Amino acid sequence: MSDAPLQRSNDSAQRRPATPMAQQILDRGSLLDDAKAVPNGLKAAGAVLGLGFLAVNAAIAFIVIDGRLDGEWYDFRDLGNAIARLRAELDDTSAGPWLSYWVTGVIGAVGILSFLGGFLLIGSWIERRLLARFQIRMGPNRVGPFGLLQPLADALKLMQKEVLIPLGADRMLFYLPPILVFIPAMLAWGPVPWAPNMSYLDLNVGLLYVISITSLSVLAIWMAGWASNNHYALLGSMRTVAMMVSYEIPISLSLLVVVLLTGSLNLGDIVAWQADHNIWLGALLPFAMFTFFFSSTAEINRTPNDIAEAESEIVAGFHTEYSGMKAGLFLAVELGNALLVGALLATFFLGGYSMFGLEEWIPPYLILAAKATAGYFAFIWLRATLPRFRIDQLMSFAWKYLIPLSIANVLVVAIEASIAARWDVEGIFIYGSFAIVNLGITAFAVRSWAKVVGYTPDLERPVGTRIAPRIGGLKEAKRIQAGA
Amino acid sequence: MPAGPTQLEGHRVAQALNAALPGIATTATDEWVEVDHARVDEALRWLHDSDEFDAAQLSNLCGVDYHDHFAIVYHLQSLDRNHQVVVKARIADHEQPALPSSYPVYKGALLQEREVFDLMGVHFEGHPDLRRLFLWDGFPGHPLRKDFMGIGEGLTSGLSRFPFENKGNPDRLLNRDNVIQPDEQDVPSDWSGAAPA
Amino acid sequence: MTTSAEPYVLNIGPQHPSTHGVFRIRVVMDGERIQDLDMIVGYLHRSMEKLAEERTYTQNIPFTDRADYLAAMSGNLGLCLAAERLADVEVPERASYLRVIFAELQRIASHAMANGTLVSDAGAWQTPLLYMFREREKILDLFEMTCGARLTTNYMRIGGVAFEPPDEFWPALQELVDELPERISEYEELLTQNEIFVARTRGVGIITPEDAINGSLVGPALRGSGVPWDLRKAEPYCVYDRMDFDVPIGRTGDVYDRFMVRLAETRESVKILRQAIAGIPDGPHKTDIPLALRPEPGEVYGRVEGPRGELGFYLVSDGGPAPYRFHIRAPSLINLSLLREMARGAALSDAVVALGSIDIVVGEIDR
Repeated sequence: MSDAPLQRSNDSAQRRPATPMAQQILDRGSLLDDAKAVPNGLKAAGAVLGLGFLAVNAAIAFIVIDGRLDGEWYDFRDLGNAIARLRAELDDTSAGPWLSYWVTGVIGAVGILSFLGGFLLIGSWIERRLLARFQIRMGPNRVGPFGLLQPLADALKLMQKEVLIPLGADRMLFYLPPILVFIPAMLAWGPVPWAPNMSYLDLNVGLLYVISITSLSVLAIWMAGWASNNHYALLGSMRTVAMMVSYEIPISLSLLVVVLLTGSLNLGDIVAWQADHNIWLGALLPFAMFTFFFSSTAEINRTPNDIAEAESEIVAGFHTEYSGMKAGLFLAVELGNALLVGALLATFFLGGYSMFGLEEWIPPYLILAAKATAGYFAFIWLRATLPRFRIDQLMSFAWKYLIPLSIANVLVVAIEASIAARWDVEGIFIYGSFAIVNLGITAFAVRSWAKVVGYTPDLERPVGTRIAPRIGGLKEAKRIQAGA
Repeated sequence: MPAGPTQLEGHRVAQALNAALPGIATTATDEWVEVDHARVDEALRWLHDSDEFDAAQLSNLCGVDYHDHFAIVYHLQSLDRNHQVVVKARIADHEQPALPSSYPVYKGALLQEREVFDLMGVHFEGHPDLRRLFLWDGFPGHPLRKDFMGIGEGLTSGLSRFPFENKGNPDRLLNRDNVIQPDEQDVPSDWSGAAPA
Repeated sequence: MTTSAEPYVLNIGPQHPSTHGVFRIRVVMDGERIQDLDMIVGYLHRSMEKLAEERTYTQNIPFTDRADYLAAMSGNLGLCLAAERLADVEVPERASYLRVIFAELQRIASHAMANGTLVSDAGAWQTPLLYMFREREKILDLFEMTCGARLTTNYMRIGGVAFEPPDEFWPALQELVDELPERISEYEELLTQNEIFVARTRGVGIITPEDAINGSLVGPALRGSGVPWDLRKAEPYCVYDRMDFDVPIGRTGDVYDRFMVRLAETRESVKILRQAIAGIPDGPHKTDIPLALRPEPGEVYGRVEGPRGELGFYLVSDGGPAPYRFHIRAPSLINLSLLREMARGAALSDAVVALGSIDIVVGEIDR
C-alpha cells in the first residue's frame, strides 16, 4: 500500500458491494419493483375493483348528502339506531322488556368481544412487526403471508404447553389471576361511545366506572405475584401494586378537569361536547392529556413504566411462574389494555368518534378505531425508544411532580370553567384563549416545578468525557481534576 | 524486541527492600526479586507505600507449581511512574502451602487469591473469604498442580516433543499434498511428557 | 400476632436475560435495597490453563479466542506478543499494522456490544443494541472475509498474522471507516441526552479513583473514574507509538461515565484505523519461525489493552514446545472485585446496570 489514502472508484456501476451484508441490502427489492412485477390480469382486476369501490363510495356520498339516512335503522353509520329499532320491536312482543334487554345485551357484548378478540389476534402481529421496524429488522414473516398467522401460531403453541404449578403455590390463588385480570380489561370497554347512539353502557357515571374497573386489575396482579411462591414474582407484584396505586391519583385528577369543562361524567356527553364546540379537549388541556397518557403507561405496565416485568432484572416479574395459556392471557391483557387506553385517550382528549364533521361520511366507529389504533401505535413507539424508569424514580415522579401539578391544573381549569359558564362570549374566543393560556401555564409550570423538585442542569445536559493530556495514575488523575 | 512493561531490575528492588526490612529479600535476578514467603505482605506493603517504587496497583497475582515448591508471582504496577516490580514468594512446603494474604494491601487480590487457592491449593492467611472460586466445594484435589491425579503415575502435564516431529522432514508438518499420512514407523504419539529429572 | 421483617435471598442467574453469560449472583435484599452480594462463577470453567500446558504455543492461540470471545483478536494479539517476547521473534512492519487494524476493529465491535447491552439492561428493549449491531455486523463480515470466522478468529500467529487480507477487504474497510463517525454521532444523539437513560445511569455505581486503582480495576472502567491509564500509550506495542490518538477519561466514575468513555474510545479507534490504513507498508505478513518453536527457559508477562482492559499473559517456559505455565490475567474477573462495594446499599435495578457497565465476559472470568 502506498502512502496515499485509497481512492474510491466513483463509477457506481462498477463498484461491487463491499461486504456480504451490503450485497444483501442491495438484493432486497423495493415495493415499486414488486408492484411492477404483478401480472397484467391482476392489474386489470384491481382496476375494476377500484372503480367499483369508488362507485359505491359515490353512491354513499349521494345518500348521505341527501339526508336520507339520518335516524333510520339502516343507518350503517350508527348501529345504535338498528339496536334501538330491534329493542322497540322486541318490547312489543309478549315477552316484554326482559327479552329485548337480554337480546340487545348479548348482541352488544358479542360485538365488543369480537372486536377485542380480533384486535388481540392482529395486535400482536402489529406490535412485533412495528417493533422490528424500529429496530431495523424484519419481524415475523415466516408463518403465513407477511407473518400474519404468527399470533395464531403463538396461541396454539401456548395452549399445548404443560401447565406448571410451582411447588409451594396456593392453587386457587394461582389459577385465578389470569382470569381476574382479563375481566376488567373487557368490562372497561362498556361505556366507550362508538357513535352518538352506540355505547354499550350508557352510564351517567361512565368515567367513574372506567377508573374503578381498571383499578381492579391491581388485585389480580398482586395475587399472581404472591401465589407464585417466587421472590422474583413477589418483587414484581409489589412494584406493580405500588406503582399502580400511586398513578391512580394523577389519572383521576386529569380526568377531573375534563369533567369540569364538559360538566358530565357520561362519556357520550363528553364526546358530544367536543363535537359541539368543535375543539378537542387535548388542545385545551395539554397537561391533562399528557398526565393521562403517561399515567396510563404505568397502569398497564408498559415501557417506560414496565418495571413490574422488567425482563433484564426480574425475568418476567409477576408472571414468571405462569406457563402456557395463563401467561398468554397476561400478555393478551397487556395488548388489550393498550388499545383500551388508546380508545379512552381518544374519547376524552381527541374527540372520540367525532372528527369535525367527518363523522357524517365515515362511520364514527371507524374513526374511533383509527384513533385508538393511533394511540396503540404511540405506545409501541414509546416501547421501542425509551429505557425504563427505576421504581423510586417512578414513584417520586408521580407523588412529587404529577400530583401537585395536577392539583394546580384543577384549580386553573375550575376558574376557566366558571368563566365559561358566566360570560356569554362566542365559543371560539373563550376556548381559543383558554387553549393559549393553558399552554403557556403548562410550559412555565413544567419547567419551574421540575427545578423545585430537583431537576439539575447536570441531569439535563450531562457532561461527557474529557481528554487526558498525559498517562499516569492517581497523582495524574488528581492533577487533571484540579486543573480542568 | 517487542515492547512490554518496564520491569525494574530485581537487584535494585532487593537492595531497597533489604535496607528497609532487613532479610526480607532472599534472591534477585534481573527481572524479579524473591522475598521470604512468611513476610510477603510486609514487602508488598512497603513497596506500595514507598515513593521510589510506588506499587499502586496489583497487575497480576499468579501461582506456579515447580514440582517441589510453589512460587506465587506478584506483578506490581506503578501507574504514575510507569514501571513494574515483579515479586516472587517461594513456598517450600508442597503439601500444605500457606502464606499471608495481600488483601489488606491490595483489594484487587480478592478474587485472584481465591483462584490460586482453588486451582493450586495455596492457603492465604488473612483473606476475608477464602473459598473455591471455579470448582465446587467437594472437588477432590487442586487441578493446576503438576501432580494432579488425572494425569497418571509419574507423569505430568507437558509436551516432551513437538507433535508429528519425527515423521519425515521435521520442519514440515504436512507433506506436499496436504494430507497427513499414517505412521510409517511405530512412533508413539505421547502427548504427556515424563516428569523432568 | 407479631410481624417481622427479614431480608430475603434472591438468586440471579446463571440463566438470566441480563447476566451477560452464565454468571450467578446471590443477593441478600431488604425490600428493594441490596444488603449483600455474593458472586458464584465457574459455570464456564474449561480448564484452559491446564490444557494449555500440553499444547504448543501456536496450538494455544485458539484458546485465547474462546476465553474472551467478544475480543478474540485482542486475546490472540496478547498471546502472540508475549510468546514473541519469550522466543525473541521479530515481527515485520506490515504485520504490526495489520494487527493494529484488526485489534481496533475488534475494539469497536466489542464496545458496540458492551454499550448496547448496557442500554438493554437499562430497559430499552434492544433497540440501541440492534442499531449498534449494524456496525458490528460489518466488522464481523470483514473478519470473515479475512480469516474465515466471525467470532473465534484465531488470526494472529507468533511472528505476524495468519493470512493476508483479500483484495475486497480494503474497499470495505474504507467504506466502514468513512461511515462510522456519523453513526457514532447518531448514537450519541439518541442516547447521551436521553433523560431517562441519564437518570438511570448518572450517580449509579460510583467508584473513586483510589478504590479503582487499589482494586486492580483496568480498562474503560478505570478511565471512567478519571485515571488516565492506557497501555497503548504507556507501553506502546505493535505500531501504536506512531499513531496519534487521545485517551478519554470520565469525571465521576459512575455508569454514565463508563458508557461515554466507551463511546469516545470508538471514535479514537476510527482515528487509529484511518492512520493505519494510510500508513501500512508492503511486505510479508509474518516471519518464518521454526515450526517446533522451543523458547529459551524463562518467563514473560506480556499484555495488551483489550476492550475490557489489561489482558495479560504470564508465560513460563522450560525449554519445551509447550508452556510450563500459561496464565491469562482476565480483566473481567478482576474488575468484578469491586461489584460488591458498588452494589451494597443500591437498588436492584442499579446493581444490574452497574454490572452491565463493568462489561464482563464470562468466558474470560472462568477460562
